[in-house]
Amino acid sequence: MKDAIIEVYGLFHSYGDFEAVKGITFNVYRGEIFSFLGPNGAGKSTTINVLTTLLPLQKGRVLVNGYDLRREKRKVRESIGIVFQDEVLDGDLTVWETLEFHGRIYGMPKKERRERIEEMLKLAELEKKVNERVKYLSGGMRRRLEISRGLMTRPDVLFLDEPTLGLDPQTRYRIWEYIRKVNKEGTTIFLTTHYMEEADLLSDRISIIDHGRIIISGTSEELKNSIGSDLIYLETKNSEKGKEVASSFKEVKNVKDSSRGLEISLQADGRRFLPKLIIALEKSGVDIESISLKKPTLDDVFLHYTGRELRDGGPEDRIKAIAMKRRRR
Amino acid sequence: MNTAFLTVYWRDMIRFRRFRPMLFSTLIQPILWMAFFGIGMSSNFDKFSQFAMLPPGIRSVDYLTFMAAGVIAMTTLFTSLFGGISLLFDKRWGIMKEMLASPMPRTHILWGISLSGVTKALIQATLIMIFGLLIGVEFFSGFTLARIIIAVLGIALFVTIFSLGFLFLSAGITMRLESMEGVQGIMTLLTMPLFFSSNALYPIESFPSWLRVISVVNPLTYLVKGIRYFAIGNDFFAMGTHYSYSLQEILTSLIVLIIFSAITYVFAWVTFRKAVVT
Repeated sequence: MKDAIIEVYGLFHSYGDFEAVKGITFNVYRGEIFSFLGPNGAGKSTTINVLTTLLPLQKGRVLVNGYDLRREKRKVRESIGIVFQDEVLDGDLTVWETLEFHGRIYGMPKKERRERIEEMLKLAELEKKVNERVKYLSGGMRRRLEISRGLMTRPDVLFLDEPTLGLDPQTRYRIWEYIRKVNKEGTTIFLTTHYMEEADLLSDRISIIDHGRIIISGTSEELKNSIGSDLIYLETKNSEKGKEVASSFKEVKNVKDSSRGLEISLQADGRRFLPKLIIALEKSGVDIESISLKKPTLDDVFLHYTGRELRDGGPEDRIKAIAMKRRRR
Repeated sequence: MNTAFLTVYWRDMIRFRRFRPMLFSTLIQPILWMAFFGIGMSSNFDKFSQFAMLPPGIRSVDYLTFMAAGVIAMTTLFTSLFGGISLLFDKRWGIMKEMLASPMPRTHILWGISLSGVTKALIQATLIMIFGLLIGVEFFSGFTLARIIIAVLGIALFVTIFSLGFLFLSAGITMRLESMEGVQGIMTLLTMPLFFSSNALYPIESFPSWLRVISVVNPLTYLVKGIRYFAIGNDFFAMGTHYSYSLQEILTSLIVLIIFSAITYVFAWVTFRKAVVT
């Protein structure tokens, strides 16, 4: 049996009338990378803010590293490292001062603190920037500085709230490598993201969260397999008839309406099945507007269970996020 | 002992030194008050006070000396009242979240910021005294060295307690508000009546009764009293008014300031304990 480092039972959180988190239960195991995947406003940050003691625990029971979040806040705070969603840095301090400040408010003794600062600078590849003011660093460097700051106190769990929000693809890959490296060295990682690739590439296990509820949890493979080995999306005006035809095959696991047309999930090799389906549809007089075959992604998983696309805001969302970060500086 | 508040202090002082325009204006502003308002007013007021009846055997003090104590008090008030604003910057663009999520007790944030505010106020008070003496303020006149030391320590004590009181108030208000405009609005609204209902620039003895009531509950009045007692003496004549302070009166002033600071501390403490920043 795996050892749970975070145990959450029936966590509920509301802001006035708005219920942001509606009673979720989950575990994070020691040593793994665990992700919350969901669109903006799903309740990811609220959950992280409660787990990291920034928001009060309203309802539910939470154990972090064996400490009760309600009664042993201080112990919880000592056990965790946090990288916040928005940038939490003082641009007028130098890189060294930023880390020194962190070590001191966490009560690290001087010798240990100084050693760790050296290690962290190496890990974040910021040795040459040590006396540079934070505001003169690039976005990627600042993010690496924040992550290494979160690691400085050797936390048992590192919380990463949207760690690559608003970063360019190249920087994002470097941050991912960095997160993997940190995890290999033994730190458990709890990550929230609304980027499918991020959850897919990094996590050992993923929980998909939407409207304050966990929809489904498992490894990336398990989640994808849960909706079939292959997916066919069929667009047609005559969807009732199409549904009937598709359902008659034994290769078909499930047929349902989706925003991309009919979603036909298969339990067989789709490349061999697709010609058969097209012929059958033609024979029954179903007018095919478009048809596509694909391996399921986490996007499809999200669409399957919520009926909506994960990339709801799309690029516009991203621009807004970047603009927001800029304004904060 | 947990000394995390010294870390918060250390960081705030780094910013104070590094932020050159702020450092410059903080230091130069009180000197400008002395140089322009002080000299301008005293060259007029001293003309009138020649005609006042001077009781025999009492030291007469010119306006510049009289108002120098007021300028120290005013500067302390402004610096302290606006001292909490750095918390708003930390909340919106800075590291408040890092501090709130750390195991450091939250009161240390309050103490760290307040100590740095007190440091700034003390530096300013020292500068005003030095500059004042250079342009002819008659502070400590006829004092022995021992008495000058006691006087400076006494002024520092009054400035510290008063400054803490307004820093706590300012920190508490700032933590409760979200916008810069809101904080600045409230602070500006507070400074005007506090400043002009006090004895900083003129005697309050001839105020109409409603204004006197305000001046009696105004902490600034007690700070000015303390500074004048230590810097000028317990018996002098200025602006047509005879001032004489008993030791008891000065102790009472100190106690009033301590009570004021204790109340604002409780206000700030409650605010910090409940503070949520997301």
